[in-house]
Amino acid sequence: MQSDDVIWEIVGKSHCSFRVKVPEKNQQFCRNAYNLTGICNKRDCPLANSRYATVREREGVIYLYTKTIERAHLPSKMWERVPLPNNYMKALEMIDSELLYWPDYMIHRCKQRITKITQYLIKMRRMKLSNAPKVVPIKKKLDRREARREAKALRAAHIEKAIEKELIERLKTKAYGDQPLNVNEDIWKQILDAEKGKEKLDAELEDEDELDEEHELEEEEEWDGREFVSDDSESEFGGLSDLEDMEPAQDDEEGKSNDDGSEEEGDTDSPRRKRPPKTSLGKRKAVDDAKRPRKRVARVEVEYEEEQELVDPEKESIPSW
Amino acid sequence: MERRKLEKKNPELKKKRQAENVPMTIDNTRAYDPSMVTVPSGLHPKSTILAEFSARSKSTVPIKESSTVGSSEPSGSKVTQDPNPAPPPAVPAEFMDPEHAADIANDPFAAYFDPDSERDPSEPPKVLITTSPYATAPTWAFCDELVGVFPGAQFFKRKKKSFRSNAPPLGTIAGWAVKRGYSSLIVVNEDHHKPNALTMIHLPAGPTAYFKLTSVELTREIYGHARASPHYPELVLNNFVTRLGHAVGRMFQTLFPPMPEFEGRQVVTLHNQRDFLFFRRHRYMFKSTERTALQEIGPRFTLKLRSLKTGLPSNNPLGAPMKPLEMAKEDEEPEQQYPHIVEEVAKSEDNGEAGNSGGEDEEAEEESARVEKEETKRDEKKGARKGEEFAWAWNPRMDFKKRNFYL
Repeated sequence: MQSDDVIWEIVGKSHCSFRVKVPEKNQQFCRNAYNLTGICNKRDCPLANSRYATVREREGVIYLYTKTIERAHLPSKMWERVPLPNNYMKALEMIDSELLYWPDYMIHRCKQRITKITQYLIKMRRMKLSNAPKVVPIKKKLDRREARREAKALRAAHIEKAIEKELIERLKTKAYGDQPLNVNEDIWKQILDAEKGKEKLDAELEDEDELDEEHELEEEEEWDGREFVSDDSESEFGGLSDLEDMEPAQDDEEGKSNDDGSEEEGDTDSPRRKRPPKTSLGKRKAVDDAKRPRKRVARVEVEYEEEQELVDPEKESIPSW
Repeated sequence: MERRKLEKKNPELKKKRQAENVPMTIDNTRAYDPSMVTVPSGLHPKSTILAEFSARSKSTVPIKESSTVGSSEPSGSKVTQDPNPAPPPAVPAEFMDPEHAADIANDPFAAYFDPDSERDPSEPPKVLITTSPYATAPTWAFCDELVGVFPGAQFFKRKKKSFRSNAPPLGTIAGWAVKRGYSSLIVVNEDHHKPNALTMIHLPAGPTAYFKLTSVELTREIYGHARASPHYPELVLNNFVTRLGHAVGRMFQTLFPPMPEFEGRQVVTLHNQRDFLFFRRHRYMFKSTERTALQEIGPRFTLKLRSLKTGLPSNNPLGAPMKPLEMAKEDEEPEQQYPHIVEEVAKSEDNGEAGNSGGEDEEAEEESARVEKEETKRDEKKGARKGEEFAWAWNPRMDFKKRNFYL
């Protein structure tokens, strides 16, 4: 049995979960979404009135909600919802027709609501047209979480180390070119030397597989400087002195190759390379061309490749030692 | 103690132990992302990322891990530069996602990376720096620092609303900048008298990236800072792995002149760690073949990407032109105005009615229209105006998984 008075006795006078009191103003508000005015009193309470009407807006469409006593026992179907036309005048007319014979107070309040809603919808649309900045709420929890994560990421990043590593890598891979402007000369030389050392190591590794070939090549090389000359042409070459020249001919070869090498480099700044030791001979010293007097003699100049077979004298695999 | 003694005698033991017990960090147990282009460096041995990469293709080509996206010189860059297919990509072509190839084909930064263009490589790209409307001194100070960072930069204060005109929106400003030959636009947003966000807009028609800006430290606040010189800096872009990351990295590259002046010995770093981009600026000196000395210049800040839109900021929020006003007809019933409600009602009725058969066609149209509406609604929810399209947008739910990173 539905009795509005009984409901109001409880809800209005003792406790209602929708009520909000404002003690300074001695005012009571109703948070119920269906309330017509938002104020808590018997006339406006949607719980304590079995016949009630409101106007609410959802996603730009205005609806009229009505509640009648015939459906009071069906809570899920209590409110009847009718969409009102977009046209303001027509909407007012519809209210009149739907709420025919209803209390004037309710009709009046519904119409007031429609007016207000229409006005704020218009304003919303106009605001969207103007490129107003989007106001975004500050989410404290999110901000705190992100700040913490940022600090941890910073610690995990080791930025300066990473930058150092990257710069050194660029230096070593010669990304700065052959004559970098951002390095100290000594350091650049060190890097180039290290590279050559690496090349030498690589070459040595290759050589281990090609021992036999090396041996053959060696023999050829030893012969290359020496020529078998007939008696007739002896005078051209100048007798014994030739032989003296011939023996260190390999020096010449190396000196030549060295020259070629240094010419190839083209940089006066680059250091004199330490020539790799040859197998058949002991230590080799870098000899300046200017220092060694060269006899101007008809010679056959033969070019040899830089990377010559190099066998590590320490390797036990060479029995001929 | 005992172990330490043993390892002192035999350093190999230590190496072995370290190789076996690699600690799992968030970075080296990062989740696999199909849009990864370069393999992240320093992966944990149990990480499945390499496996996923090789699962993409059947070849057994080994993949090298690479940490940097590229340098400011085109020759050293590891990022695939389009349209020339010559420079090899960091990941062999077989592993590349077909979407990545599409990205390369439609690269918005092609003009910057094109070696055949008529641009003078020694000329810095023009960058326009502004603020949000009605910004204050701290933001202007930060912007002045930014002008020092980017060689071709100029700072202008934002035009205010006047009696005759509204404050021009970003879209209009972008249009003016394009006309005046700027290649990028940077907008520093202010909130509570502090710079809190940064928008990078690549100009001719390029993407708009919106970053959250934190931990801003100006030059004068850094103890023992170096003095900047007017030389063009080198760039170091660390840890950009996915397609999105590469896009952001390349966008950053376009702010700087392509050929750095190495005699200046300045580096600008954008280091990505767990989706936080740390910006640093240093002067360096090679102390030896293994050590470099770094002295920090210039501002220090952190960026976090919030969204990436494919076009310029939209000027007209309505996008498409408005339809002419139609006065509501008096004969129209509410049904005509609310077809979607009518459809729902019609569904519940019998199928034999004539209204339904016509309704089905309308339904199909309605559905496609509804899908479009949903998409635009989704974009609008993220904050795009009409005419703007999000390539990527962040939302707080992405933070729940600790090992998912997007850059």
